[in-house]
Amino acid sequence: MTVHRTSSPTSLASRPEHSPDSPLSVHDMTVAYHRRPVLWDIDYDAPDRSLIAIVGPNGAGKSTFIKACLGLVPKASGTVEIYGRPYREQRRLVGYVPQRESVDWDFPVSALDVVAMGRYAKIGWFRPVSRAHKAAALDALAQVGMADFAHRQINQLSGGQQQRVFLARALAQEAKIYFMDEPFAGVDAATEAAIVAILRRLRDEGRTVICVHHDLQTVPDYFDHVLLLNTRVVAAGPVSGPNSVFTRDNLQKTYGGRLTLLEEAAQAMAKAGTSL
Amino acid sequence: MTGAGCWAAATSGQWTSSIAHSLFPPASFSELLRILTLRSGYNAAVVILGATLLGLAAGVIGAFALLRKRALMGDALAHATLPGIAAAFLAATALGGQGRSLPVLLVGAAITGVLGILAVHAIVRHTRLKEDAAIGVVLSVFFGLGVVLLSYIQSLQQGNVGGLSTFIYGQTAAMSRADALLIGSVAAASVVLALLLMKEFRVVCFDDRFAAAIGLPVGLIDLLMMTLVVIVTVIGLQAVGLILIVAMLIIPPAAARFWTERMARMTLASGGIGALSGYLGASASALLPRLPAGSVIVLTAGALFLLSMLLAPSRGVLAAALRSARLRLHVALEHTLRGAYETLESQSPAPPSAPPPPVPLSAIHAVTTMHPLLWLLTKLSLRRRGLAALADAGATLRLTPRGLAEAARLTRNHRLWEEYLVTHADIAPSHVDRSADLVEHILSPDLVADLERSLRARGELPTPPPSVHPIGKGLRT
Repeated sequence: MTVHRTSSPTSLASRPEHSPDSPLSVHDMTVAYHRRPVLWDIDYDAPDRSLIAIVGPNGAGKSTFIKACLGLVPKASGTVEIYGRPYREQRRLVGYVPQRESVDWDFPVSALDVVAMGRYAKIGWFRPVSRAHKAAALDALAQVGMADFAHRQINQLSGGQQQRVFLARALAQEAKIYFMDEPFAGVDAATEAAIVAILRRLRDEGRTVICVHHDLQTVPDYFDHVLLLNTRVVAAGPVSGPNSVFTRDNLQKTYGGRLTLLEEAAQAMAKAGTSL
Repeated sequence: MTGAGCWAAATSGQWTSSIAHSLFPPASFSELLRILTLRSGYNAAVVILGATLLGLAAGVIGAFALLRKRALMGDALAHATLPGIAAAFLAATALGGQGRSLPVLLVGAAITGVLGILAVHAIVRHTRLKEDAAIGVVLSVFFGLGVVLLSYIQSLQQGNVGGLSTFIYGQTAAMSRADALLIGSVAAASVVLALLLMKEFRVVCFDDRFAAAIGLPVGLIDLLMMTLVVIVTVIGLQAVGLILIVAMLIIPPAAARFWTERMARMTLASGGIGALSGYLGASASALLPRLPAGSVIVLTAGALFLLSMLLAPSRGVLAAALRSARLRLHVALEHTLRGAYETLESQSPAPPSAPPPPVPLSAIHAVTTMHPLLWLLTKLSLRRRGLAALADAGATLRLTPRGLAEAARLTRNHRLWEEYLVTHADIAPSHVDRSADLVEHILSPDLVADLERSLRARGELPTPPPSVHPIGKGLRT
């Protein structure tokens, strides 16, 4: 477990100081699927009031990072804290936008029904969606420019519109920290611009947004901070400025061949059947 | 059913006729009415009511199972009940009790049914097999075990063992008042639960990850859903049989899905379709006692499914076929108008103006070939809309002034799109025609304006612009 620390001093140097005010504080988190480690010994403290991109190659564990933070996949080890307390106690502060492809869009619900799901935790068990909560859901739809589509069945929406509905559902959660799994995947230019505007507004209101992001070109335009991930944290820090970690060198480490040794070790462990 | 009997008798002679009569004895209308209004005797009324309530419960619970994509799990569960029934009989007999006691048998059924589900879960969780394979393995192995146990019981030569095999195909007529009451209370409980937990079921079925992220106990809700499936399966065993009970869980919600795009309405419609199937099926079998009621109930549900699939307004097959036929006619109409316009263009150097000379049909057919029936409909449609009419004993087509204007607009759209494909999408002019044909029929006014704007930058924009490929290449609609 200590091998990668000695072999990559940059990850230590770029690691922010642990802070109790951090919206997301991850310590020693390891996650494995079928005994194969997907995330290895992750330490990360997200800066408050910022837009953070999680960047890394396919299979680097970006989605798994989000799911593990939200308790959706079991952790082999480690802890996750939201604003200084365990996730279970802070659920009300967390909003979530899953990958668009993760659900069946032919499901018999309207756009408004989906957005209203963002209010369910506030509504509580057994109660129907009240008029006030419906109004809040409609307001969230209006914020993403989809008010006219409230009563459409969701399979009649384009991919970009479906993504906006998911974003509206997260807005309806009225959270302080948002986790978004590829919110820009497969959307049209207008939707991309609309999402960026909303992300900036959320940050300006004092919230924090963590996005899995694929397009390296737009990282400096859209985000303040970046978390370079490939099974472990390669680097984390500001996107620009003197302390920028969004450098050619770090990207090469994230995407390039320097991590093959770790990868081989992981595969060898899976083969040997060593449980983590 | 009597209709089918009459048909068989009419077509296949005396021998078939006697069989048809013994299977489907003719019933009078008054008898039919008596059965349908539950006035044909206490037992028949209990059975019909029980079957109706079973259909209601299975329809409501099945809607959740279907939307959770767990519908086939009910099948594994149902087949896995057989060894439980047989084992419960053996255990009860060994302990000196009454072997064929219904509660004992159903408890046995529920136990191995749940074991079957757990086995499917275990296989999916601990191996890389997918759920369909796991269900197939569990379903057949448990059923095989049940059949072996049943034949062992039969070899024991004890009295009153024949009744066990009725669980395979069901015996609705055996339903007692207590059974009907039990089914009724389960139906009532499932409807109440569905209404209370609609919100929670909706989010778990649509997006279980999000449900888990907002703190809902997804596992517990799934467990509740599966428990309801187990209960409805077990209480339905006697009436419908373990092979067909899954049909009562799947067919009503699948039929209901055709009629609505909202989950709450779909759940209620599914309960309604299930109840109607139970009611009509049990009534038919009361009328014709030799028909196995369970199968008739399932066949009734199947008929309602078929009707839904064909006739439902927006998701139905006929509605979709009608939409597609309308689109084809629309496309054929536009191709005919454009064919006529381009023929006029080739006849004189000046742009065609009203009133245009008649266009020989042979010239239009040379550029657009279509099925004779489609051509007939196209001609009718052109005349009805006042765009064009046949002249010269059907040898030529004469565009009206409105038709000419419409033809000019269509030709212009077509060429704008072609231009765009050539200049912006890098398609060779020889391939442009087909691609343009696919899109031009759905060009919105906004998009046409956009095309004009982007093309105007390149220079002049005639009305319509000249074609980018030689006119006269065959078009097919």
